[in-house]
Amino acid sequence: MAERYGSIPSTPLLKDELDIVIPTIRNLDFLEMWRPFFQPYHLIIVQDGDPSKTIKVPEGFDYELYNRNDINRILGPKASCISFKDSACRCFGYMVSKKKYIFTIDDDCFVAKDPSGKEINALEQHIKNLLTPSTPFFFNTLYDPFREGADFVRGYPFSLREGATTAVSHGLWLNIPDYDAPTQLVKPHERNTRFVDAVLTVPKGTLFPMCGMNLAFNRELIGPAMYFGLMGDGQPIGRYDDMWAGWCTKVICDHLGLGVKTGLPYIWHSKASNPFVNLKKEYNGIFWQEELIPFFQSAALSKDCTTVQKCYIELSKQVRAKLGKIDPYFNKLADAMVTWIEAWDELNPSGAAAEKPNGPAK
Amino acid sequence: MSLNIKDNEVDIVIAALRSDLTAFMEKWRPFFSRFHLIIIKDPDMEEDLQIPPGFDHQVFTKSDMAQILGATSINFSGHSCRYFGYLISRKKYIISIDDDCLPARDNTGTLVDAVAQHIVNLKTPATPFFFNTLYDPFCKGADFVRGYPFSLRNGVECALSCGLWLNIADYDAPTQVVKPNERNVRYVDAVMTVPVRAMMPMSGINIGFNRELLGPALLPGLRLAGEGKQRWETMEDIWCGMCAKVVCDHLGLGVKSGLPYVWRGDGVDVKGAMESLKREWEGVKLMEEVAPFFQSVRLPRTAVTAEDCVIEMAAMVKEQLGPLNPVFAGAADAMLEWVKLWKAAGSQGA
Repeated sequence: MAERYGSIPSTPLLKDELDIVIPTIRNLDFLEMWRPFFQPYHLIIVQDGDPSKTIKVPEGFDYELYNRNDINRILGPKASCISFKDSACRCFGYMVSKKKYIFTIDDDCFVAKDPSGKEINALEQHIKNLLTPSTPFFFNTLYDPFREGADFVRGYPFSLREGATTAVSHGLWLNIPDYDAPTQLVKPHERNTRFVDAVLTVPKGTLFPMCGMNLAFNRELIGPAMYFGLMGDGQPIGRYDDMWAGWCTKVICDHLGLGVKTGLPYIWHSKASNPFVNLKKEYNGIFWQEELIPFFQSAALSKDCTTVQKCYIELSKQVRAKLGKIDPYFNKLADAMVTWIEAWDELNPSGAAAEKPNGPAK
Repeated sequence: MSLNIKDNEVDIVIAALRSDLTAFMEKWRPFFSRFHLIIIKDPDMEEDLQIPPGFDHQVFTKSDMAQILGATSINFSGHSCRYFGYLISRKKYIISIDDDCLPARDNTGTLVDAVAQHIVNLKTPATPFFFNTLYDPFCKGADFVRGYPFSLRNGVECALSCGLWLNIADYDAPTQVVKPNERNVRYVDAVMTVPVRAMMPMSGINIGFNRELLGPALLPGLRLAGEGKQRWETMEDIWCGMCAKVVCDHLGLGVKSGLPYVWRGDGVDVKGAMESLKREWEGVKLMEEVAPFFQSVRLPRTAVTAEDCVIEMAAMVKEQLGPLNPVFAGAADAMLEWVKLWKAAGSQGA
């Protein structure tokens, strides 16, 4: 059961165990607003676009910055799996990190306020989400039972109350909602003003659209699954990087008995991207996702897939076998998925692939 | 809410476990008064019911029930008496709220019209096949998010709406004993669809459902040997909810959870909860068998109505759970008896 007595323990900072990964092509002015919350942490900045441009990082932050030249140098031929001219390049940051946890945020996301007017420390909430169990095997109607003031409801089986280790914490956005291009075109003025004070576990067997704008995960548990695909320059699709990673990640989490949470924290999303540009990027995705969803919904991984890498390679084979016929892009993507794992293992040798038991946590 | 709610579409079914309903009904008057109420008096209760004037209502007592149903093996005492109300209603939608619950206030301090919210939930589509991270996409100010497949955006009909409770949350006895002072103060402003194949504990304290679509699956099946009048001494709604969810998943109907909230109760009877614990956590232990069973139920394609589904499930319960505990065999029998009653009640016409 969740904490029972009196004082609420403070959330650990995890400042030596967590990296903040930020993709950018513009500037990092937004970090000023986040300074009180981010300054203790190491930043990994992945600079997309023109590598000759200098990205100015506000003073006082501890960071490493990688541009396209760095990615090519570090990965060599394997750099082909990292997208160019798309924020999907951020997953390079996951790969080079040496920390247990990753928090990734877009450079147009600012600190939001809760209904009482208090500024929301999004990172602290993500940490809370990751450090408390998920409940994927049975839906708790009072949402996250591990939050203060909540618990498992009557009828929730006791044997399932230990929950599962949380691998992913998916946060939300106030102001500009994460809509696709058609919806943006139809509702250009809609703003998300509803603060839903809940964290909940996405049930096992259920897929969801994972947005990469405000996302945290346990890199040791699920990192290799967080490949953001081939997007952007030279690719027939864009704005499906996080979706792809989310579907792969959820299938693997379900297989390995790990949990995915969604809900708090909110950030304030300030910039609405151009819906016409988005429509061009998403166009193929809108049709392809009709095939992709049944694919992921029925994806089954064999019992031998006991590590994330094994799961991911297995998935890549299924992508090639079942999705290749939709478009040659998926054969390229399957290749890239394999390259990604090879690159991951090269940069993260030995001991990184912890065996995870199949089935629900007991 | 701009949905057009017709008065003659809704029955409000109240299980009266206390005799004096005056305070309860006065507080709910703004939200109940336009609808017809079916009030079922707990067959175990001796005193007459006190009901304030000005409500369009019918009361059914133990003798009414016997007269209408004849002999039946179904035990309608305690919280289960409300199922009689579901049986005799002729309306499309039923809303049922425990008689120790009052209207709650939302985050703006406004009283929540729980009836209207349930109806909105039931009249707007559910989205069980893919989770929308912005919750109910049919809510004003929300929509489907990027990455939500377009072919799934029509949604399916919502057959069951499960509301929540502020103040005294619906906890089981062990939790009540450990946390007697905890109050649910968090108003979560969301309705969401419980995804297909995800099991959940349905609390009967505050629900709405489409009687035409799902009626037979809202059934008084599981009766604990030590069943009592306190919610933590029952599992009837939990069992019923598991059946209903399986039926909905099979028939492609939706189940929503979240708003509306009601304000529940005045305090926790810790001594009572402790007594309940001494009776060896009967319901808690049973759930350990119940949950895996329902998670594994697969209904045949030939089951195309809620009745069909209940009959199939009753057979499975008898075969798989019956040997484990007599209450399960009893539940299987009750499920079949319920379908019989349902069909008989239906044949009597409106």
